[in-house]
Amino acid sequence: MQLVLEKRAERSGTIALVSPLIAIGLTIVTMVILFALLGKNPLLALHAYFIAPLTDGYSLQEIAVKATPLVMIAIGLSLCYLANAWNIGAEGQFLIGAVAGSWIAVKTQGTDAGVWVLPAMFVLAAAAGALYALIPAICKVKFGASEILTSLMLVYVADLFLDYLVRGPWRDPHGFNFPTTAEFDPVATVPLLIEGGRLHLGSIIALLVVAAAAILLARTIKGFEIRVVGAAPRAARFGGFNANQLIILTFAVSGALAGLAGIIEVAGPVGHLQPGISPGYGFTAIIVAFLGRLNPLGILIAGLFLALTFIGGEQAQIAMKIPLDVTKVFQGILLFYVLACDSLILYRFKLVFSNRQVPRGAG
Amino acid sequence: MQAHQRMLDPTSKGPHSGEFPLLQTAGLTKRYGDFLANDSIDIDVWPKEIHALLGENGAGKSTLVKAIYGLIQPSAGEIRWQGERINLSGPSDARRRGIGMVFQHFSLFDNLTVAENVALGLDGRESFKDMSARLEQVSKTYGLPLDPRREVWQLSVGERQRIEIVRALMQDPKFLILDEPTAVLTPQEADQLFIVLERLKAEGRAILYISHKLEEVKRLCDTATILRGGRKVATCNPRLETAASLARMMVGSEIKEVKAASARKSTVPRLVVNDLSLAPGEAHGVRLKHISFELKGGEILGIAGVAGNGQDELFAALSGERLSKDPGTVVIEGIAAGHLSITQRRKLGAAFVPEERLGHGTAPRMKLSENALLTGHAASGMVHRGFIDNAATLKTVDRATETFDVRKAKRDPEAASLSGGNLQKFIVGREILRNPAVLVVSQPTWGVDAGAAAVIRQALLDLATAGAAVLVTSQDLDELTEIADRIAVMFHGKLSAPLAVSEASREKLGLLMGGSSLEPREAAHAVGA
Repeated sequence: MQLVLEKRAERSGTIALVSPLIAIGLTIVTMVILFALLGKNPLLALHAYFIAPLTDGYSLQEIAVKATPLVMIAIGLSLCYLANAWNIGAEGQFLIGAVAGSWIAVKTQGTDAGVWVLPAMFVLAAAAGALYALIPAICKVKFGASEILTSLMLVYVADLFLDYLVRGPWRDPHGFNFPTTAEFDPVATVPLLIEGGRLHLGSIIALLVVAAAAILLARTIKGFEIRVVGAAPRAARFGGFNANQLIILTFAVSGALAGLAGIIEVAGPVGHLQPGISPGYGFTAIIVAFLGRLNPLGILIAGLFLALTFIGGEQAQIAMKIPLDVTKVFQGILLFYVLACDSLILYRFKLVFSNRQVPRGAG
Repeated sequence: MQAHQRMLDPTSKGPHSGEFPLLQTAGLTKRYGDFLANDSIDIDVWPKEIHALLGENGAGKSTLVKAIYGLIQPSAGEIRWQGERINLSGPSDARRRGIGMVFQHFSLFDNLTVAENVALGLDGRESFKDMSARLEQVSKTYGLPLDPRREVWQLSVGERQRIEIVRALMQDPKFLILDEPTAVLTPQEADQLFIVLERLKAEGRAILYISHKLEEVKRLCDTATILRGGRKVATCNPRLETAASLARMMVGSEIKEVKAASARKSTVPRLVVNDLSLAPGEAHGVRLKHISFELKGGEILGIAGVAGNGQDELFAALSGERLSKDPGTVVIEGIAAGHLSITQRRKLGAAFVPEERLGHGTAPRMKLSENALLTGHAASGMVHRGFIDNAATLKTVDRATETFDVRKAKRDPEAASLSGGNLQKFIVGREILRNPAVLVVSQPTWGVDAGAAAVIRQALLDLATAGAAVLVTSQDLDELTEIADRIAVMFHGKLSAPLAVSEASREKLGLLMGGSSLEPREAAHAVGA
């Protein structure tokens, strides 16, 4: 008797929906074992991770705040991945967007610049993110350089560039030598949705992005082009679609969304530019994109779920002294299981009973 | 079905020596999930016999020979070798016992020499030098000329097949399986192969010969076993049957004759190719050299030739998947189009059906409606201001389904879930429903069941009758003579002058396919026709 993977005639829609849930289940089982090995009570740890953050209003708002950049970046990444363009550098595009937008905030600081400041920061951040993403895209199209490597390497360039700015030219002169800019002026700050709360306008923008992506993919010829180029490149060329143009376009869009997420984070919850503005949003968004099945609505749900792990991780650290890095372990294991479970969309398990009979006598 | 049961009487084994068949399957069954690829198949192959295995695509021929060659394990039933039951652990086990196989798709390394390729396929006890010497000797003995030192990419398809045959013969098999060996050969090359096979038979070997070319089976084979839908339909002497009766057993019903309209008349030139030359797009690709032809409305031009002589490259140049620097090399409906994209060419009224159904003609994991959109988005009113009109794409699916009898499990399934024949009917239907002025189609019925093939050929004829220009590339000469008005032959990237179909005998086409030119007198005669 053996267990074999058997190809399905058609992709299973049910499994496509259920597979992320199976993956989450398997991840939780693995985490329970991990918590036990760390000598922590697994039930208490799970409670701290997944239940506690949902029980008070402040944490709920915080989940939405954390989900905002994750969802915006992941939507852009999903367009890339659907088109078979592997943008791994959203983290860098996020940082460059934050830097570019902050430039306006820093330059207008203390002046009587009007309400145009924040929209201008958004536009500049999106443009900078897009341009930054175009570097690997153009290298890919013109020279065949692997966009996976180039986009990833540019993350570190962006990271160090930001570091240089806040330690050098943009450092707050009254900041006790901390590497940070001064707090942004109110006109350069993303407005809050609830007075005294944490929820800000960025979450609304993220929802609009989700809606726009859903319409793009399901209803428009451009969305069809993105899907068919990724799913069947030769058929796409036969259909008259240009894969190279699409690499440029999807990288630009995803860079713009990452850049916009970057400035929203800096001009929103953080309030000033400093190193460490991202706990790895650009990388976690890759998990969000796949956990969400590269589907806009799925990404919204997955973004909220992974935001929960960030908040839960913080709470587990405070309450149970579980290292914050366990959150990253959790996210990594989750991506692993999601990709593994995805094979069940096209394949199914089957128990096969051996057909080998014992040879009878002379045969 | 019972009427076709013409089992040989096991007691009347006059010409056969020995009391057991060389190879026998008894109740051989192979199950894939709920699908029975082979359902209790009995077949006896005797020494000195060329035994044909006949059937349509999907009839179970490949599954059966894979089991005999040890590539798959049967789910039930047994294989007997010289009367004894055997359990083959794999192909090397089969080879050790004396079972050899020549596959339809070659497994050769392009950048290695002939001798190196052969060495890789042998179990390797002897030195490379001894092996090379033996290779030359075997190839000489059987009249299969091969230069062991040449690299495979330089060789023709026929020569590549010789490597596979010699490789099999070097293991001195008692039983040799050949999977559609003539599919890639010119008629003359096929004749040479038959001489080799007759000789192997005379040496006392047995050959299991898979084919769906009935005339050649009638000519070559002593016995034929016919499979249909995974079951054995009959075992018979093919020489006592007609091609029509064999076809009936294969298909299970009468095949509709394709009717050519008598009143087809050519009109204006709709597709003109002027001195088209194009460098290959990939390594070991074929360079197109000075191709010219003119195709009028109402006319079907057939392009014959052994695979790999530039047909794929010509298709890409005509469709616009590869562009030409000189716009005048391809003229569609009077407009220079060599530099235009495939979408722009479609807007001029051209339509294209590539050879590869899954992955080229359709996106396999997308629905039929999306695959209708794939080629229809430019010129069929399926897109309004960037938004897809789902009703329009579904309507195309429904119309193609109705007009061309596409059988499928639901209204709008994924392309990959359709059988080859039904998917091909959909693809051809999708293009014909756009009422193209020019249709370029490559291998329209390759791997398609006979019923679907007849529907497709009829559709091509009807389209030409309606005034379109149709260009058909095919390896199947019977198909081309059935539907084309003129036939040209591709060889090494060049296209011969077209012959009127009445002038295009198999011999002439075979010579052109092998690269010889016709006698000047004869050629001039053909062009004048």
